[in-house]
Amino acid sequence: MTSPVLEAKGLVKLYGRVVGLDDVDLTLHPGEVLAVIGDNGAGKSTLIKCLSGALIPDKGGILVNGAEVQFKRPQDARDAGIETVYQTLAVAPALDVASNLFLAREIRRKGPLGSVLRMLDIGEMERQATDHIKRLGINTLQNIGQAVETLSGGQRQAVAVARAGAFGGKVVILDEPTAALGVRETGQVLKLVRDLREQGLGVILISHDMPNVFEVADRIQVQRLGRVAGVITPKTHTMEDAVAIMTGARKLVE
Amino acid sequence: MSIEQNPLTFANGADSAPAAADELLNRPPTPGQRVHSVLHRQPALSPAIVLILACVAFGLLNSRFYRLENLSLVAQQVAVVGSLAAGQTLVILTAGIDLSIGAVMVLSSLVMSKLVFDQGVPGVFALLIGAAIAILAQAVNGLLVTRIKLPPFIVTLGTLSIFTAATLIYAKGQTITLQPGAFLLWSGNVVSIGSLHLTNGVLMMIGLYLVLGFALRYTAWGRHLYAVGDDAEASRLAGISVNRVLLSAYMVAGIAIAVAAWILVGRVGGGDPNSGLNANLESITAVVIGGTSLFGGRGVVLGSLIGAFIVQVFDNGLALAGFDPNYQVLAVGVLVIAAVSVDQWIRSVKA
Repeated sequence: MTSPVLEAKGLVKLYGRVVGLDDVDLTLHPGEVLAVIGDNGAGKSTLIKCLSGALIPDKGGILVNGAEVQFKRPQDARDAGIETVYQTLAVAPALDVASNLFLAREIRRKGPLGSVLRMLDIGEMERQATDHIKRLGINTLQNIGQAVETLSGGQRQAVAVARAGAFGGKVVILDEPTAALGVRETGQVLKLVRDLREQGLGVILISHDMPNVFEVADRIQVQRLGRVAGVITPKTHTMEDAVAIMTGARKLVE
Repeated sequence: MSIEQNPLTFANGADSAPAAADELLNRPPTPGQRVHSVLHRQPALSPAIVLILACVAFGLLNSRFYRLENLSLVAQQVAVVGSLAAGQTLVILTAGIDLSIGAVMVLSSLVMSKLVFDQGVPGVFALLIGAAIAILAQAVNGLLVTRIKLPPFIVTLGTLSIFTAATLIYAKGQTITLQPGAFLLWSGNVVSIGSLHLTNGVLMMIGLYLVLGFALRYTAWGRHLYAVGDDAEASRLAGISVNRVLLSAYMVAGIAIAVAAWILVGRVGGGDPNSGLNANLESITAVVIGGTSLFGGRGVVLGSLIGAFIVQVFDNGLALAGFDPNYQVLAVGVLVIAAVSVDQWIRSVKA
């Protein structure tokens, strides 16, 4: 197997006296979908926030391609090639698809128009945005200049995922990407997850939806009460096993 | 249904929609939907239509309205509030509001003229110092909004009083009249194009709109301003420094205020602490009539220029048609309500 693109070792995070994470490890390889499941309070969100730079762990280390990193804010993780698709999507509804894809990463015109007048290269951004969307298998894009608020929930999700895929050089983290979506839109997002994997990116998927997780994940990390209860695969375990481990009804026996 | 049979498309996937709905989905948009869609994309269109209709109507009521002398007068009268409205647009686009904008302008104009009149400071330096005061005052507003996290309404309600009082204390009740030919009065000098008599101030205002229009449309700063006004938290997660963008909006508005202050000096011939009393609300009126949403993230600076012209055209046209001036106030009130109603309708979008 390839060497891990992202590793977490012995992460501890306390909220006052409340234990958020207790000695949690995580390993993610390139071209792999790792699902993180767990009940409320299992530490899923805390773990993800540490990996995306939104929280600073009290103890433990994070390694990108084997090198130790310190994330102090989300931008640090982003600079390291880790993109996060938040549950809220973090898109600006009134801006168009291309502007959202390049939000805070706009491309400027070449020459004095760009360096002196700071003029944006809108044509280039639209062209690249079309490329990114196409690369994710979205075939019939009607209008890259369409405002995001005029898109359906699944299409907005697609924009957020496309942004992460376009700029996530190494890892894409998806936080409950299908929670608010219908069956058809969920299918679209799962297809995007597979596409990201095929491009060789590591994908971390946080989800409550067991059938989705079992459909798309290569490995499943089960969190319970701030600890890792076990790492299973859809081939070796059933959904019932996963739920049993998640709720503590069964201990994982290797 | 397997996933592969259902590729992601940006078209509404008719493959999975019930057949009975196809007819409705593929139905051509109704005239109402078409209008909605066009207005949604072009926020300055509805005020432009109002302005054209108003000009036609007032021209029919009194043909003197169309005379270039009269239109020149309208343009000259618009310059101060129009420039102020450009700055107000920036703040409102961030979903804020600036109630102190007129007070800052009067303070700045008074500093400019008093430095020349009392201290004999050369006009250019007085102008720069007055402009610096305006930008500094706006930095105070911006810092209170971003650092202490106070709502812009409260911050600027407070600074409205503070800056108004500072102006009156500084002026000591005096009105300053500059000598004819003073540098600061350049903004009031007339530039004639045929029988169209504009002032340098009008041209400065147009320049201000061109610069801000360019910055909002073609720079990353402009996009970030829209994004922050649209959804501040989403912008933060997307990597925008929200506080920096907000602070910059207030400070760039300070530049627009400085331009307005200079034009004001040219119009009143110096510094008058009691001038521009209604400028705060007039600038907000112009922005709102101009189609910029008070909820932020939506609107164009050109709309505010049109909005400022609409107010002035109603003022002028109703007077020429022989109406009591109070009807002008009434008409502006109706326009504000109508503009916000249209905004509510436009903002309701369907996927």
